[in-house]
Amino acid sequence: MSDQPTFTPRDRSWHPPALTPQYKSSVLRSPNQRLLSLDTTLSEMTGPRFGHDLIGPLDNDLIRNYAQTGDAIGQRIIVYGRVLDEDARPVPNVLLEFWQANAGGRYRHRNEGYVAALDPNFGGCGRTVTGADGGYRFRTIKPGAYPWPNGPNDWRPAHIHFSVFGYAFAQRLVTQMYFEGDPMIWQCPIVSAIPDRAAIEQLVAALDRDNTLPMDALAYRFDIVLRGRHSTLFENRLEGN
Amino acid sequence: MTRPNTLEETPSQTAGPYVHIGLTPNWCDIEGVYPEDLGRTMVDAETAGERIIVSGRIFDGSGVPLKDALIEIWQADANGLYNSPLEKRGEADPHFTGWGRQATDGTTGEYRFETIKPGRVPCRDGRLMAPHISFWIVARGINLGLHTRMYFADEDAANGECPVLSGIGSKARAATLIASRGEVDGAATYTFDIHLQGDGETIFFDV
Ligand SMILES: [Fe+2]
Repeated sequence: MSDQPTFTPRDRSWHPPALTPQYKSSVLRSPNQRLLSLDTTLSEMTGPRFGHDLIGPLDNDLIRNYAQTGDAIGQRIIVYGRVLDEDARPVPNVLLEFWQANAGGRYRHRNEGYVAALDPNFGGCGRTVTGADGGYRFRTIKPGAYPWPNGPNDWRPAHIHFSVFGYAFAQRLVTQMYFEGDPMIWQCPIVSAIPDRAAIEQLVAALDRDNTLPMDALAYRFDIVLRGRHSTLFENRLEGN
Repeated sequence: MTRPNTLEETPSQTAGPYVHIGLTPNWCDIEGVYPEDLGRTMVDAETAGERIIVSGRIFDGSGVPLKDALIEIWQADANGLYNSPLEKRGEADPHFTGWGRQATDGTTGEYRFETIKPGRVPCRDGRLMAPHISFWIVARGINLGLHTRMYFADEDAANGECPVLSGIGSKARAATLIASRGEVDGAATYTFDIHLQGDGETIFFDV
């Protein structure tokens, strides 16, 4: 069984630590004890897979997938990129899910209290499965910034939430994508939970004029990196699928 | 730490309080986008194995249950096989997905999975682990998803042999991973409460 693949441990200086007091919700929700290191087993090295047949034709179009009377309101954008592993290999056929506020910064959720208006044509969720080159793409509107209860006057920068599956349960990741040039990125207590500026910059999608749809939508590029595997034998096995 | 890889993993950010919009939209009244919330159903009429319900709550450091958390579970089928393309030991039960996703209740904080009791899976050296279910928890205030495992109180012998469970130095801490068995309306029900902090803080793993 020694040919079972494994991962290098997560670089916990790159991720935000559990306790980040400036983000108040973390104070009572962060484990105090150290994580117990686990020599990964099949339980962590396998994971659910979702086929392209799961995905409906409008699932990657947030402008239309909840439309009742017309397109969602807001600045039309394309978000695209690739899912790679830490060895820069594409990760094909994995599920990405995303969710966001509308153009005014309002979420469609029963616990949402912000006064900004709901858009009847915007639900705020989408999903897609990566292609053979690890690529993905979806269409949406640029979400608005919004205020949130934390400090006396905290605002979130415009962002899109992402959920990413790899091949293994140990690769499971949720994160948030920000937009190039937004000064509010650098004022946010959730963003600053990440200690390293270079790590934060990994979450900032670049405006990509080359992929803009003229007279229609701006494009932002956001590449996602999942944990890599360590076993050459494993590679051969993967290709056997 | 030596990092042989060429890229850094994308850093995590909290799933936030509105995680349901993305991951269980029907649950939060965003209907008509997806036919059903993913991971809602793990079993069908022909799934092999003992039917069980796994439920519980997640408590914060002040003892309040989280009403805005999301849990995913991953487990082997009744024969100890994973329904995954990376499972090379045999064909898992096609009637069992092995993967579930549930939000904690907005009023009570309770979560609930209808699943089956998993079989035993070997660890890297071939020794058998005790039956267990892997948990992954995200919520507002959790900066990086938390991994833990649930074991079964009625599996004393297997639990004693499990290299992971028996390798935990503190018996009191190991006990935080063991779900008690009961019966509710004739259904075998395991209760697994998770404590993020404080007395009885659940063990979380660096997987
Ligand atoms: Fe958000």
